[in-house]
Amino acid sequence: MSTPTGTTGTTGTTATTGPAALDPADYRRREESVTMSAEPAGMGETRELLTLNFGPHHPATHGVLRLIATLEGEVVRDIKPIIGYVHTGIEKTAEEKSYWKVIPVIERMDYLSYYFNAMAFCGAVETLLELEVPPRAQYLRVIHLELNRIMSHLVWLGTSALDLGAMSMFWYCFRERETILDLFEMSSGQRMHTRYIQVGGVFEDIPVGFAHKVQKFVDEMPRRADQYADLLAKNEILLQRLSGTCPVDKETLLGLGVTGPLLRAAGVPWDLRKAAPYSSYDHFDFKVPIGTEGDNYDRFRVRHAEFYESSKIVEQALGGLPEGPYITPDRKVALPPRHELATSMEALIHHFKLVTEGFRVPAGEAYYPIESPRGELGCFVRSDGSSKPARVHMRDPSFINLQSTAPMVKNAYIADLIASLAMIDPILGGVDR
Amino acid sequence: MELKREVLASQPQSADPAAGPATSLFQPTHGGPLASADFRSRQLLARDMLRGELEGEALDRYVEQSVMTTTVEKAVSWAMGNSIYPLTFGLACCAIEMMSIVAARLDIARFGFEAFRASPRQADLIILAGRVSIKMAPVIRRIYDQMLEPKFAISMGACCSSMGVFNNYALVPSDKFLPVDVHVPGCPPRPEALMHGILRLREKIQRHEREGWRERYDALGTEEILTTGDTAGA
Repeated sequence: MSTPTGTTGTTGTTATTGPAALDPADYRRREESVTMSAEPAGMGETRELLTLNFGPHHPATHGVLRLIATLEGEVVRDIKPIIGYVHTGIEKTAEEKSYWKVIPVIERMDYLSYYFNAMAFCGAVETLLELEVPPRAQYLRVIHLELNRIMSHLVWLGTSALDLGAMSMFWYCFRERETILDLFEMSSGQRMHTRYIQVGGVFEDIPVGFAHKVQKFVDEMPRRADQYADLLAKNEILLQRLSGTCPVDKETLLGLGVTGPLLRAAGVPWDLRKAAPYSSYDHFDFKVPIGTEGDNYDRFRVRHAEFYESSKIVEQALGGLPEGPYITPDRKVALPPRHELATSMEALIHHFKLVTEGFRVPAGEAYYPIESPRGELGCFVRSDGSSKPARVHMRDPSFINLQSTAPMVKNAYIADLIASLAMIDPILGGVDR
Repeated sequence: MELKREVLASQPQSADPAAGPATSLFQPTHGGPLASADFRSRQLLARDMLRGELEGEALDRYVEQSVMTTTVEKAVSWAMGNSIYPLTFGLACCAIEMMSIVAARLDIARFGFEAFRASPRQADLIILAGRVSIKMAPVIRRIYDQMLEPKFAISMGACCSSMGVFNNYALVPSDKFLPVDVHVPGCPPRPEALMHGILRLREKIQRHEREGWRERYDALGTEEILTTGDTAGA
């Protein structure tokens, strides 16, 4: 770990003063020292700061986040996240690929919300193309997006509860996750990174039997969520770990640009599905769950309540699924149906152009924000008129939300740091891209 | 190294042990049908042995039937292959699929690999689940070096093996810095595929297929062992 190099050089007498007893300027001066330092604090006691390195390989960091925490006893005095350990260069790679080949790459950014990544990118490109998406495609997108939201929250709940010691939650959550992944596999052929959403609509219409299976799932999901609440929400250990720990007020969160369940837990009903509806979200009746305290327990409850709301949206979208095409009939953008290639020369030419060069997008810029499981996921696309984007940038909510770690865990116990990190739910693939 | 030891087997065997080292210890032994009378007589024999009533020639015959020989190497590699502790180590998308092999549907506990260890010093197997960036590669190599022998590495997913769909400036294939024993293809591989990879690794361990990877990657004897004078780099 670290060698004691302070003025006294001993680790014997650790001051157990509370958070309020420390002078901030004094603390800042001693914080500069990387190793453990000990200073006299009067009455024969010393204060010590220990710099502790978490990660990048640590099971509680939910990926490869690295945190440098300055501790005084068990209290976190300062924290610095270090990111970039899964930097993949996705934004740069996207510039080298034609628009429709960008989708699989961009899906792998925030790897728990792949439908959302594809949706944000396709939405931005559709804005540039001024393309109308058929209503059936919009509804199919909503069904998959909301299933993905449930899936993402399930992984969050399973792993976070594991961090807090509730091991069995992991098995329950992953059981439901497998059910959702089976649905994804049924509609697209892949469990993860499905590339289902594409420019102009979706890749394929849903297969026979899919609607029935989805209906069965959304009938069951609220009951499952009730069971999770029975296990967790009144569990004394969980309440002690979450309730009242690490609250952050909404002004601080808004100042940092934090969105999603973290902001809603602080009492701000900001949800882009309501604030700026896209993909016909305004057709559905759902509530935006918000918290009151802004502590870890509210963050847990807000995400948990979204299980019910997302199930409701899927059910409504399934019930009101309009007939019609699942992708835009614009042959300049969408591939022609396979059977047309045998009979129509024009279809063959379109197919050839799309597969070799891809479609061209008029020059311009577009920013398309959507509500991902973690907050505002925006995709910025600049086009120079060619078939490849000049710039693709993602405003990833994990990256922005990670900023709230420091105000959250300052002067909190180190055990609360683990709980807070779980409740922030950062996906490092999205942070580093 | 033909060091022979006698290892107590759980099931009696009728083959003559003097004919050479028996090789069937680690094969499935639940094949042949047993006559119930034969079974009963052997039960009684075992009871007599435990009571100490078996003596002389009868005892010799009993020992000959119940004891089989194998080599230490074989016994050790059998045990080693069945008690792998993987490291809790995730990088990206594949880590989520890696988690789901522990979950109820696939339940890796069936094969005895469910004890995921958070510390590399307690783990035998590192599953590189996800994309390895240039910044992460030295960290991974260090974690690998911190693992104690015997240790194994599985490269899960396309990114980790060949940089996958990205294939750009930021990534490194794991073969460049680590002796990987098994590659599992897919983007991400299904949990079943990873399961197959782990079982293949078990097979490799039990069959001693080492292929000289360690020597090639200069990865023998690289464990970090702290001496008393050097505690700063822990």
